[in-house]
Amino acid sequence: MADDYILELDDVSKFFGTVIALQGVTLRLKRGEVHCLLGDNGAGKSTLIKTLAGVHQPSSGSYRVDGEEVRFNSPREALDRGIATVYQDLALVPLMSVARNFFAGREPRKKLFGVIPVIDMNYANETARDKLAEMGIRVRDASQPVGTMSGGERQCLAIARAIHFGAKVLILDEPTAALGVKQSCNVLKLIHQARARGISVIFITHNVHHAYPIADSFTLLNRGQSMGTFAKKDITKEAVLDMMAGGTEIQSLVDELEGRAA
Amino acid sequence: MSAINESVTNMIEPKSTDERVRKLSPWRILLDRPELGSIAGTVLVFAFFGVFAGGSGMFALDGIINWAQVAGYLGIIAVGACLLMIAGEFDLSMGSMIGFAGVMVAIPPMYLGWPLWAAVIFAFVGSMALGALNGYLVVRTKLPSFIVTLAFMFILRGLTLVLSTSFANSTIVSGIGDKFTDDPVISALFQGTTFHWLFNGLASMNLITKLPSGDPVVGGLPKVLVWWIVMALAAGFVLARTRFGNWIYTVGGDSNAAKNVGVPVRRVKISLFVLTAFCACLFGVLQVADVGSAAADRGLQKEFEAIIAVVIGGTLLTGGFGSVIGACFGALIFGVVQIGISYTNIDSDWYRVFLGGMLLLAVLFNHYIRSRAAATK
Repeated sequence: MADDYILELDDVSKFFGTVIALQGVTLRLKRGEVHCLLGDNGAGKSTLIKTLAGVHQPSSGSYRVDGEEVRFNSPREALDRGIATVYQDLALVPLMSVARNFFAGREPRKKLFGVIPVIDMNYANETARDKLAEMGIRVRDASQPVGTMSGGERQCLAIARAIHFGAKVLILDEPTAALGVKQSCNVLKLIHQARARGISVIFITHNVHHAYPIADSFTLLNRGQSMGTFAKKDITKEAVLDMMAGGTEIQSLVDELEGRAA
Repeated sequence: MSAINESVTNMIEPKSTDERVRKLSPWRILLDRPELGSIAGTVLVFAFFGVFAGGSGMFALDGIINWAQVAGYLGIIAVGACLLMIAGEFDLSMGSMIGFAGVMVAIPPMYLGWPLWAAVIFAFVGSMALGALNGYLVVRTKLPSFIVTLAFMFILRGLTLVLSTSFANSTIVSGIGDKFTDDPVISALFQGTTFHWLFNGLASMNLITKLPSGDPVVGGLPKVLVWWIVMALAAGFVLARTRFGNWIYTVGGDSNAAKNVGVPVRRVKISLFVLTAFCACLFGVLQVADVGSAAADRGLQKEFEAIIAVVIGGTLLTGGFGSVIGACFGALIFGVVQIGISYTNIDSDWYRVFLGGMLLLAVLFNHYIRSRAAATK
């Protein structure tokens, strides 16, 4: 069955000293699906994606990519396996040019006078421009600083970069959190585009209204534990909202207020 | 699917290609270059001394060599400090490293019977190892490099004093000049001047001033200037054209982002601390070869002068933005002001006031440039 899943976390826990950040979380990402990871603040979303991205190593449990057990020691190793993470800060440097940002860490090189390895800036500029154009962002001059782009454009740049470098799995950390309504909508469409290219997406958010339209399945995290994974057909938006909002806690609060303390 | 793709394109880019892109005038493009401030400053400084010291011999060949040499020494360490500062770190131990490298070169041949070449290699290896230690402590502890290298500033200065007094019974280790002259390779690399043929040729064509003996008034180009030019060109090239240069910008711009895109942040930072130590050692060796002695107070406050030159050159204190060319102009301003002031009628006590003023102006100017360069729409 391993073939169905591109990423699998099995019973993964992560401890930081005495803090239990994740406790026995299981997450399975199907090929070509958009999997939404929902959870309130402090639910362990960040720890979970950093574990997937190779920033953290699980304290226990197993992590499989394409059915093969892996242990990443750095984000670089995860990247080499096609697992690309777009963090909230987007990992862009505002003072650097679009092209330099696009290729940061993976600069295309050519040989100057046949010996000295230098960055192929023409190729970098053209590629960055073309890849952004595919995403619907027209940059005439890829040597302009990223600081001159809008938030939505930067998000696109970060996603375009991940896809260009052969991401098979795209992990998006709250890509819509800092965006306006229209720009959020664009990002959802970008996720749709990525899925259409056969890329599997993990989409982290606490906004169900953003998550529900685009996702194929949902995993809910609460206080470091998974509350289960649900296919979209098995759960309504209201039910997701209810679980997100801590439905049971609300219910017990209501009970208490009405004098029916348990 | 294609309909949605179409609509993505339409939503993000509703109008024709370039309607959101303004054409910038060449002047504005120039304003966005980091080195602009230092070039303007250099022009100003030259104009100032042209007026106040124009007839004093400051701009005669020997005068030029005079201030260029000061600029060259500072320029060598400014190049290293510049790359490190673009990567977002400081090295306050550079000045002390100059003194320490000096005693590493001078003591072994004078008191331990080492050949000079071995001592020179020892000084370079030793300095670079200390630079690596600086860098390792900074990236390992994530403490500000300011405080880590401040500690080394004192440790190395103290060690220099301890070593020179315990071996030479003095704060000066002298007599090393002859050892340089006796070693053809080391002498060729670090001592005296070069391009004598050029200066002789120019003199025979009466293009430069001659002494009564017929020799040119300046025999050749000081090696420190050759080193400065070589280091500046190499560093400028690395920064602008190579992968490592892009990593330096990325690390300084946002080290977390750099880590997340797979840039080896620690390796970049440590190698740049090694570079600053190398530059400081080069400064020290050239100076020992030139003066013929090492001393415990060599390179005092040079770390600050290097940082000032770099900042005047348009590099941001916060990292991520800057230029080697700018740092070189910053060093040039230093040399011109420091030496030039004695060619004028102005009391040379004003030198530091002048420099402080330049620094303040440069910082204000850089702040303005940066806020523009990173401005969102």
